[in-house]
Amino acid sequence: MPRMSSATAVLLGLLSAGPPICLSAQALRVPYTTFTLPNGLQVILHEDHSVPVVAVNTWYHVGSSDERPGRTGFAHLFEHIMFMGSEHVPTGEFDRLLEAVGADNNGSTTEDRTNYYEDGPANALPLMLYLDSDRLGFLLPEITTDKVDLQRGVVQNERRQSYENRPYGLAEENILDRLYPPAHPYHWPVIGSMKDLQAATLEDVRRFFQSYYTPNNSTIAIAGDISPGDARTLVQRYFGDIARGPAVIRMPPPPVHVTADIDAVLEDRVQLPRVYDAWHTVKAFADDDAALDVVANVLAGGRSSRLYRRLVYDLQIATDVVAFQDGTRIDGKFEIFATARPGHQLGELQRVIDEELRKLADGGPTAREVERAQNTFEAQFLSRMERVGGFGGKADQLNFYNYFVGTPDYFQKDLDRYGRVRAADVQRAVKTYLTSAHRVVLSVVPQGKPELGVKP
Amino acid sequence: MTSIRCAAAIVLAVLASARLSAQVDRSKPPTLPPPPALKLPAIQTATLPNGLTLAVVEMHKVPVVDVQVLVDAGAARDPGDLPGLATFTALMLQQGAGTRGALDVADEAAFLGAQLNTTAALDGAVASLHVPRRRLEAALDLLADVVLRPAFPDSEVARQRELRGAQLVQQRDEPVAVANVAFPAIVYGAGHPYGHPLNGTDAATAALTRDRVAGFYRAYYRPNASRILIVGDITLAQARPLLAARFGAWEQGDVPGLAGGSAPTPAARAVYLIDKPGAAQSVIRIGHVGPARSTPDWYALEVLNTILGGAFTSRLNQNLRETHGYTYGAFSQFAARRLAGAFVALASVVTAKTDSSLVEFLKELRRIRDEPVPDPELAKAKAYVSLGLPGEFETTGGAGARFREVLSYGLPLDYYDRYIERIGAVTAADVQRVARQYIDPDHFDIVVVGDKAQIEAGIRALNEGPIVYRDLWGLEIK
Repeated sequence: MPRMSSATAVLLGLLSAGPPICLSAQALRVPYTTFTLPNGLQVILHEDHSVPVVAVNTWYHVGSSDERPGRTGFAHLFEHIMFMGSEHVPTGEFDRLLEAVGADNNGSTTEDRTNYYEDGPANALPLMLYLDSDRLGFLLPEITTDKVDLQRGVVQNERRQSYENRPYGLAEENILDRLYPPAHPYHWPVIGSMKDLQAATLEDVRRFFQSYYTPNNSTIAIAGDISPGDARTLVQRYFGDIARGPAVIRMPPPPVHVTADIDAVLEDRVQLPRVYDAWHTVKAFADDDAALDVVANVLAGGRSSRLYRRLVYDLQIATDVVAFQDGTRIDGKFEIFATARPGHQLGELQRVIDEELRKLADGGPTAREVERAQNTFEAQFLSRMERVGGFGGKADQLNFYNYFVGTPDYFQKDLDRYGRVRAADVQRAVKTYLTSAHRVVLSVVPQGKPELGVKP
Repeated sequence: MTSIRCAAAIVLAVLASARLSAQVDRSKPPTLPPPPALKLPAIQTATLPNGLTLAVVEMHKVPVVDVQVLVDAGAARDPGDLPGLATFTALMLQQGAGTRGALDVADEAAFLGAQLNTTAALDGAVASLHVPRRRLEAALDLLADVVLRPAFPDSEVARQRELRGAQLVQQRDEPVAVANVAFPAIVYGAGHPYGHPLNGTDAATAALTRDRVAGFYRAYYRPNASRILIVGDITLAQARPLLAARFGAWEQGDVPGLAGGSAPTPAARAVYLIDKPGAAQSVIRIGHVGPARSTPDWYALEVLNTILGGAFTSRLNQNLRETHGYTYGAFSQFAARRLAGAFVALASVVTAKTDSSLVEFLKELRRIRDEPVPDPELAKAKAYVSLGLPGEFETTGGAGARFREVLSYGLPLDYYDRYIERIGAVTAADVQRVARQYIDPDHFDIVVVGDKAQIEAGIRALNEGPIVYRDLWGLEIK
């Protein structure tokens, strides 16, 4: 859920369609230094002088999985409120001051974390840190019910624009609802429900801020045309006097078991029905996480993939097919979806998907398929080294690796995970996780036509 | 919930830290050192004997290369009876080329870790490649096959024709896609090169054949009407022989100039309503035909648009999103086009506030003409445009997009070296002058895709022009 649109794809790219291999000679390195202020704020610095720009990327280790019942969508609503001014920065000035020096900014929220960035000319670093520290240290006095109401309206419009008014846009929340039990923190979508967004209060803002928006629950990565010494002095100047907050304590999530196929039908304003299959898999960086990325690539990564060839090219019964492994902090899921062409039934599509899963489970992928996937991932990885800022730039990736595996420069090691995947790993992953007796099958059908579902 | 007690403790801590902060002056934003000098990568060019221009931009940070073959074969060249032919031809380049079948082309690209795309926009077609440097040679072999030796097999034409037919059905479910097709149809009319849908119509799709695709390809895919732009970990000296070996034998042809297509006489302001029963939001497009990219006023227009709707703090977004909460975002744009491009202001707004949103749009679009822009707002917009420029050239893709603009619109090669100076020269009077010249509320076409039953009465009550019903293509309802 980015604060402004246009970044969702990049975000998914970072968190799910994971990185690549080590087939190239040169190792991938993002040299960094790190230090932690007495108040617990960890800072990661990376020099890249190729372009005179700087990126400040802040992660708060809080996401929608930290929300309480009746307040779904709150972490993301709060992200919006972070731009509404702080004690020394009147409402609107955060954006105006940055634009006036040629800088951009945005924020986004996932299940696991909330991130914020400012990108701009290298000389703007003091301003970026001034603004970020003011909203960490001095936010609450400025937040009023009116401001909460205003951003509530914006976020509700984001929900309308990106989910309700978009064909198939409500599929994902219907899948989560069935894949995770109500007490599991991934049971609801990051955007939340209209009702819960409506219910959020100023008191919720206060409590959430005090629990999670603390220096000790945050990391800042600064990358680009910087002097590490100067950057450190600036961080100390602006963040040093902000008080440490309480430790964040999380309960372990309840176990997840889908013990049988769960079939569901959702009626939507669409003409062509679409089927979604979803399974529990493994969390990010667990064993088999990389193998499952390769499974997704073999099944539906581009026009040479198995499901594209069968469904779209040979049989011509689908317009598209997508597959992905989505490994997150405390769990993971694998999804496949395909849209039927006019005159074709979801049952036809599902039969072919099942056939192809069985073939992959029985025979495994070819050596070329595995190598093709590895090469594709490697190239994606290289391209992500081009940018220091934005969602998915080097600063964001340093924070990502730091939070998920505890090592900011994990680029090469992450790549190596994919280089190690063998055909047998792919085959085992399909057999282990993508079984038909443990999945959610959601049919999205035109309104008034539930009979078009997979199981009419 | 034990957090209540903790929360109280934190409040005290925050207050305490506010007192301690005397050592940091937070009363005003820090004074910044001067911005870094602009240092853009240079573009170098060479021409092959067959008239093909090569342009190389060296960027050696990451071992990747971005290649774009820019062909003067855009959708503006679609024949009147076959809208969508240019985009379909571009798509077909990949469906079998040289000795490879359609799926083999895709397989080879993926195996090389290459992103291979072939698309067409209004003003041109692009065959592009983004690939690790060490696989560039093999990827260029594939790209040359795709651009020079497409097979256009009947079976693949039929397959892609069927797929496009299904995608056109899907397009009707997507209100934003509907608005993007309807707006140019209404603004330009069907007779103008920019007035038809990029991906065609149901009837035109059904009429696509191998002969029409091959004919379009023969007419427009010629080296003398093309350029190859390479950005990345390579030099001109390295690139030239690689490209000469692969594209040197590309055969020249007479490519006719792009027919101007007279801009339609602007109609009086009207609201074109496209019904989407049950829609949670109304998709709004407001505008008319604007200037071509080549206008000397482009710098002033960039500043104008940044003030009006090109950035987060622009007036439209501040008003409709940050003041009223009607939308997730409101923006505006002057489309960069070889012929006269469209000016458009746009947003998706909550259904119940469709009429209120139109009021705010029209208020801002009139105010930018009626009142001179205050100095701080002008300064902020100019700084945002010029100081943000280096970041646009950080990646091969970003630099490629900027230099593509230079090549496609015939701008001087040192265009961006003088850009900041030209933006700096724009005055408040310039902004008001171009606002009055290029934004004309009396002739706005206001296109709204939404739930007619809920929004029509409110729009009618605004009394901002007649309401005209249109279908999902923006055409008159018969």
